[in-house]
Amino acid sequence: MRKMTILSGKGGTGKTTITASLAVLSSEAVLADCDVDASNLHLLLKPKVKETIEFKGLNLAVIDPEKCIQCGLCEEKCRFDAINDFVVDSIHCEGCKVCVQICPVQAIDFVERVCGHAYISETRYGPLSHARLIPGMENSGKLVTLVRQNAKKLAEEGGHELVLVDGPPGIGCPVIASLADIDKGLVVVEPTLSGIHDLERALELLEHFKVEPLVCVNKKDLNEENTEAIERFCSEKEIDVVGLVPFDPVVTEAMVAGKPVVDYAPDSPSSRAIGEMWETVKSHLGI
Amino acid sequence: MKIAVASGKGGTGKTSVTVNIALSLGKVQVLDCDVEEPNVHILLRPTDEGTFPVKLLVPKILEEKCDYCGECARFCQFNALFVAGETAMVFPELCHSCGGCSIVCPRDAIIEEPRNIGRVVKGSAGDIDLIYGEINVGEALAVPVIAAVKDHIDEGSTIIIDSAPGCACPLVETVHGVDFCLLVTEPTPFGLHDLQVAVEVVRILNIPMGVVVNFAGIGDREVYDFCEEQDIPVIMEIPFDRRIAELYSKGIPFVEAMPEWRQRFRDLVGLIGEEVEK
Repeated sequence: MRKMTILSGKGGTGKTTITASLAVLSSEAVLADCDVDASNLHLLLKPKVKETIEFKGLNLAVIDPEKCIQCGLCEEKCRFDAINDFVVDSIHCEGCKVCVQICPVQAIDFVERVCGHAYISETRYGPLSHARLIPGMENSGKLVTLVRQNAKKLAEEGGHELVLVDGPPGIGCPVIASLADIDKGLVVVEPTLSGIHDLERALELLEHFKVEPLVCVNKKDLNEENTEAIERFCSEKEIDVVGLVPFDPVVTEAMVAGKPVVDYAPDSPSSRAIGEMWETVKSHLGI
Repeated sequence: MKIAVASGKGGTGKTSVTVNIALSLGKVQVLDCDVEEPNVHILLRPTDEGTFPVKLLVPKILEEKCDYCGECARFCQFNALFVAGETAMVFPELCHSCGGCSIVCPRDAIIEEPRNIGRVVKGSAGDIDLIYGEINVGEALAVPVIAAVKDHIDEGSTIIIDSAPGCACPLVETVHGVDFCLLVTEPTPFGLHDLQVAVEVVRILNIPMGVVVNFAGIGDREVYDFCEEQDIPVIMEIPFDRRIAELYSKGIPFVEAMPEWRQRFRDLVGLIGEEVEK
């Protein structure tokens, strides 16, 4: 089984557009949306949810005002500024349990909290593992891990040879979680100075976790000089630029129609470029 | 006044809005709290005026005192410690630095040592002070770096804070304590979905908010309908304009090439002031 995460460092470069289109072109893959706090893949793949799994993150400390003697020890020891006036602020509580441990009168309960839901779904293009973090909750990394594991299980059970993972933006905890146990990382970059800066950090991250990088330049004609700079930079690092996708207004039209662009407008310039990229990616994946 | 510029979805133009507001107002402090991928400095090109390491206290087990009882590993909620047989290990990248392990250790065999996880950079560009954070590649926890950036807030000035995308802990940490949250979105189904998520977070935190619709003219009207239903003011529209996109690609804030926008950004801040007063 081969697994590829589509990531970007910078947000909004076209990860989801590319992932959804590769899902159509592969026709065989299990899909995973690891952007659990701002997921979008479902808006293009229109899943039918078959199974919902409650996701419990870390517990929450709750002070019982009846038992509390207002000694202030918990407030002093909490390193997350989550306790003020003998009340725990659920948004800032990390669930570390220190306050529960040190309370001299056992006035603090440690209760489970649901932080989100994971879903197993069916789409026109294959099975989809996805999730929704309850806005503002911690632990998106753990929920990402659950989504990734669910996708792997779906692939094993259904005999699929490919898992395509739509990654979150950034390079922190959820991105790291979306790269565990992955063969290739396809970085989608726009030819802007910010995009190049973020690409460099995303490539460093892939190197750090020993995931083999591939690069796709999206909206390549926005700044041809920068596109050439990206190609030069990648060639120096011996990283393959597998796709050059032009700016194409049809991408937004497809999004409004709720369809992957290669399905919505297969002959559009962007769809043709994504199609060519898919052939190259396949050879890299050895499928 | 502290204004956070946020969005659920990435790439909607947060950084562009932050920088253009700052340049239009002048004499402001800008904080870049997108510590995973900070970009404000690429547009503002500040002179470096100092770098401060961001450190997190992580446990160190004193082997000579440890009797491998395993209390620390059982207590740790983040699986950052492992004890089996005559082995005790720390996984520093999983540690949230709560200090719990050193509290529960019955033999005082755990001390805490600072570990470098990122840095804060201070600089200035004209009359704008910029402070940005950068997490080390491979580190997972953005929140302590964001908090370190916010430690540099100069309460006396107008402060514009650029946030990371998403709706999880980095957003919460960034917008905590601000007077107003400006949500930048695009009028597309992705923009709408992620705006809805961000609005939920800002509502929980009880912060007044307004929306900037960027790339106006593409997509559909659903974002506007949502804002109307939810009674959230759309306080600026920036049209989809290839010229703006090309300027951004070269790292040029568009108010520099299109000065007529300066007054619009000043008016935007005026409107925000009125909203905060309410």
